[in-house]
Parts: sequence; C-alpha cells; structure tokens
Amino acid sequence: MRVGLFIPCYVDQFYPQVGIATLELLEKFGCEVVYPPNQTCCGQPMANSGFEHLTKGCNDLFIKNFEEFDYIVSPSGSCVLHIKEHLHGEGVAAHLHGDGGDRSTKGEGHSGGRGTTIPRKIYEFVEFLTDVLKVENLEASFPYRVGIHQSCHGQRGLKLAQMSELMAPGFSKPEKLLKMVKGIQLINLIRGDECCGFGGTFCVAEEAVSVKMGKDRVADHLHNGAEYITGADMSCLMHMEGILHRQKSTVQVRHIAEILNSQL
Amino acid sequence: MKGKDHAALADEFNKDEPRVNWHDETLWWVRQKRDKAAHKVPEWEELREMASRIKDNVLSNLSEYLQQFEAAATANGITIHWAADAAEHNAIVLSILRRHEVDKMVKSKSMLTEECHLNEFLLAQGIDVVDTDLGERVVQLAGEPPSHIVLPCIHKKKEEIGEIFHEHLGTPKGNADPQFLTHAARLHLREKFLTRRVALTGVNFAVAETGEFVVCTNEGNADMGAHLADVHIASMGIEKIIPLRKHLGVFLRLLTRSATGQPITTYSSHFKKPRPGQEMHVVFVDNGRSTHLGRTDFRSSLKCIRCAACFNTCPVYRRSGGHSYHTAVAGPIGSILAPNLDREKYADLPFASTLCGSCSNVCPVKIDIHEQLYKWRQVIVQGGTAPFAKKAAMKTMNWVLSNPSVYHGAGKAGRWFMLNAPFTVNNGLNPWYKQRDMPGVPKESFGEWYKKNKK
Repeated sequence: MRVGLFIPCYVDQFYPQVGIATLELLEKFGCEVVYPPNQTCCGQPMANSGFEHLTKGCNDLFIKNFEEFDYIVSPSGSCVLHIKEHLHGEGVAAHLHGDGGDRSTKGEGHSGGRGTTIPRKIYEFVEFLTDVLKVENLEASFPYRVGIHQSCHGQRGLKLAQMSELMAPGFSKPEKLLKMVKGIQLINLIRGDECCGFGGTFCVAEEAVSVKMGKDRVADHLHNGAEYITGADMSCLMHMEGILHRQKSTVQVRHIAEILNSQL
Repeated sequence: MKGKDHAALADEFNKDEPRVNWHDETLWWVRQKRDKAAHKVPEWEELREMASRIKDNVLSNLSEYLQQFEAAATANGITIHWAADAAEHNAIVLSILRRHEVDKMVKSKSMLTEECHLNEFLLAQGIDVVDTDLGERVVQLAGEPPSHIVLPCIHKKKEEIGEIFHEHLGTPKGNADPQFLTHAARLHLREKFLTRRVALTGVNFAVAETGEFVVCTNEGNADMGAHLADVHIASMGIEKIIPLRKHLGVFLRLLTRSATGQPITTYSSHFKKPRPGQEMHVVFVDNGRSTHLGRTDFRSSLKCIRCAACFNTCPVYRRSGGHSYHTAVAGPIGSILAPNLDREKYADLPFASTLCGSCSNVCPVKIDIHEQLYKWRQVIVQGGTAPFAKKAAMKTMNWVLSNPSVYHGAGKAGRWFMLNAPFTVNNGLNPWYKQRDMPGVPKESFGEWYKKNKK
C-alpha cells in the first residue's frame, strides 16, 4: 500500500524527529511511504481563526500533493481532523458568504471534500496503526513513567479514545499501542481528558487562559509522577513543553511515534 | 467593539492565580457531580438523543406550538402577551405593575430578564425589584450581573458574601458562616415575599398540550413569590415550549443532573391556572430568536435548556470567570447565542474557546456548540469585524503556505533567526514567550532530512 506522509508545518520545522519516527514505523510495518516534498500546511491556523475562505490555496496544494495515494497518514490528530472536516476541492468554498450563516455549511459546496477522496483516506498516525494496519504488537521499549495527553481534536474529533463526558464504555487507541511498549509505566491523571489550552491561535490571542490551562495540565502529570508526557498531537506537547522549560522541569515531552519507535 | 474583550477581561481574572484555581476547582467539582449523576442513568445517551429530537421538532413547529399553548393557557385563565423584543417585554411587565399601582416586585431566577435588562429598566421607572434566588440576591446587592446562569454568585467567596450581607443586611462583620448567612437571607426575603403583590418568575418548560408551565428551583423561591402574590408574571423565551406533558419525563431527568448532579430540582412546580382572585400572565419573548431560527447553522442553539453543563466543563470558562464574557448568558452556549443579538459587540466570544468539544459532549440536548463556535468565527471574519492586523497576518500566512518554495525559505529563515538571533522571538512582543519557552531549533527540517536520507 502506498502511503502519503503528511508532516504538519510546525512538525516539519521544529520536530523533524517526530516525522522521522513516523516514517520509520510505517516502513517497519511494510508500508511504501512517500513524502511529497511540496507540502506545507493543512490550513487549520487560518480556518480556526475565521479565515477558512482564505485557505483555497492550501487546499488546492494539499489535494495536488496527496490525491494519488491509497492512504494519507499524519502524526497529528488536529491537522487530520481539519482535513477531514474542512478540505474542499476546486472552487467550492462557496458556502461562506458573510451572510450571517444564513446558508448551511452542510449544504451544497461543503460535502467535506467534494472533488477529492482525501477526507475518506486520511488517517491520524495512531488510528492508522490500530485500525488499518491492525497492529497487535511492536518492538519497542521505553522504561519510563509516561502520562498520556489526550489531545482534544484526536480524542473528541477523531474518537481516538472514549470521552469522559459520555456515558459509554471506555477505550483508548493511544493507550492500546503504548501498552505494547516494553518497560513503560503509564500513569493516571486526575483529569484524564482536559484540554491543554493550546487551541491554535488561541495560544497567543488568549495568552493568559491558554497558559493557565497548560500549567494545570502539566501540574497533573507532574503530580502523578510522569517523567514524560506523550500524545498524538505535537502542538499540545509543544505548548506544554514551553511551560515545562520555563518551569525548569526535567520532565520532557515525546510524540507517541517517538515512543513507539524507541529502543531504550 | 466597545469595552474590554474576553481576552483582556480573562487576563485580569488571571492576575490572581489562587482565585482562578479556586474557581476552576469549584466548577470542576460540579462537572464531576454531573458525571456521577449521569452514570446512574443507564439510558443517559438515549435520553440526550430523545431530548435533542423533541427540541428539533419544537424548533420546526414553533409557531404552532406557541399558538396551541396560547389557546390552552387562555382557556385556563392565563393572559398571554407577545413581546417582539426586550423593550416590549419590559413595557408589558411595567404596564401590569402600573395597572395594579404597584412599585415593588419580587422576581425569581430568569436569565431572560437579565437578557432584557429588566431590573435596570424597572429601577429607572421607580420600581423596586428584589431578586429572591439567593445567589441572584447576592450579586444584586453587590451591584453585579450573575457570572453563571445556574450558580449566579459562584465567583464570590463566602467571606465576600459575609461582607456584602454585613453592609446591606446588617449581619455581624466577619461572619461568613454559610448557614448563618442563609438564615439571614431567609429572614430578609421572607419580609419581601409577604409584602410584594407582584411576583415574576422564569419558565423552564411550557407545555403546549396543556397550557401549563414548569418552574424549577432549589430554594422554592419562585413558589414563595408566586403563591403569595396577587399577580404572577412568567417571562419565557419562545423556545421554551415543549409539545407534550410527558416530555417533561425526558427534560426534568436531564436538566438538574446536567446542571448540578442532583436527580431533580427540589421544586419542579407546575403552574396551570391562577388561583381564585389571582392574575397570571405569560409573556412570550422573541428578542432575536425568530431571526436566529432562520440561520441554518446556528438555529439548534435555541434547543438550550439553560443547564450550564457547558459552563462547568469548559476549561476556558472555569479559568476566565463568567464576567469575562460580558453578556447575560456566559460560557460556550452564551458565546454562540450572543453574536445573534449583537455581532459586533460579541465578536470576541466565538474566539474565547480552544474548540476542545467538551461542551458539545455534555450538552443534554446535543447542541454542536464547538462547531457553531467555529462557524461563527467564519461569519464574524467575513462580516468584517476582525481586526485589520489579524487579517493582514492571515493573508501573509496563506501566501506562504500556498507556495512551497516561499514556505521552505521562510521556515529556514525563521529557524536561522531563532538559532542566531533568539532575541527576535524571545521578547515581550511575542505572547507565546511571556510564560512559555520557544521550542528548540533543529538544524534541519524534516523535509531537508528526507531529501538527504531518502531521496
């Protein structure tokens, strides 16, 4: 199977090791992985700020880069969710007219990707491993106490794990994979799925609340003895890492792909 | 917009971190109580689905149900009034007071009257209004609006309430014992209940089938007011209607479990007809609701039953306080309702969220709150209420991200600056850096690594 690897812009620029771990793992499991070199970004930073109408260039580029693959995989729940929900093809950004939302964004022109099959074949890295590759064991060891951060878009958007608000049986795809890692000790949190406060441009537009949310999330992990915080979204981890560094903490963040690819 | 926006008000709230912790933990405790209560109902998720569908039906047939209610209630001896907006609502209430030559009134919890600014209006007309819900009375004495629709004075510590009571009700200075203060409030309010001839209540549910309405309180203050007064006025938003009495079996089970984690409110009082000699009025208030109903993307926010579960679960609300939303109904639901009333004034509210989605999951009527927050952002930006600087930045960002060669150059340049001139980003102008370090800078991007190692 041919897999197009989508590496989100900030991962490309700041966390290349996450991209490398993702690529290596996919190859370990027998995928033919291609990284289209002209990729940039999913357009989410603009869309979440209310500028979805400006994302046509990003969308067109994304489609051009990834349409040909059997699957598209990305180590970011947030970017994948954005593509699934908001990618639309050529000239179909017609649903937003600044008319007070009097037209439905569910109606014509917004079929969640008309003119492209991408929303149906893009997967976040964890769910690709559990749902498509059906990974049941892996060769990895990471002998540390690790706290899992459930990033909201992965959890509540892509349903990577059960949500504490719902009265339904529990499950967690990231936890399922991490439990296959030798030596790992997963810690419990007081608030298992509270948002870290990153929120895209929220992290600078609402700096005070964003930081407070991040501090509280980090404190929960520290309180419960984490040596590492992991998750399926590097953006949340980047935000918490910034807080940990400022606090001179020795606790580090690792993307889940790094742990699943680790031989320590 | 005039005045401070949510970000600025939240920034002020966060100056006192121990207080933020206290506010957060208090409301998180309520969320946990909600979880426990909901867990005890095996069919919880089915109940939510059913409530959601009943409300969808209501919104699709609103005018019929309102007329059905009007006919039934009129037959029961209730007088129905129709108010197109807040001003009409306030004028109707005033006209009833004037007709009875009354200048004093008691009022139980009604967020609608907060929305209509009824108290200020009546005060200006020389009418004295006493809010009889304990929390509402506290904020009324403090001269503040409620910060939460179910727990109006949740932002006040008991010591502060002791001070307010000392100043206004003459309780001993320094006494902050909740039981003592509640007793003092009870004595204070009892006198009001006994001497007021007009009582106004809100409406939680109005049953089209029977023409009765249900008012839910924990303190019984709505009943004390209504039963002792000669005139009972009930103000309701037109979306409060439900088709059948049996639907209360769905909504009453969801409402209080979602709100406070109680199985049901202490008082769920049905008002169907005035007792002999009493007058009973119901004021239907539109105030933008019909317009909202016409907005396909946003109409479902009218399904709200005002339980405030979305407030309690919202990590932003818990850490910014209700007043930072500068509107009668704060929190996530308020952030999608308020722009309907005044898009410019409330342009900031849909942005006061990380879009984490917890609000939509706790909502007992399944409103897709976080998705509507996203959609309001698009509408607000397209409507031209986004600040210019942000617009310019977004256009630049789009240009960079649509052009791979520009993107790769910019990324490389950015990383070069961070490595060689860290002061260009690590300074007071960068809001990220204020309380967070920047990520470390790798020597090459993933793209560069891939080119070297894989191609």
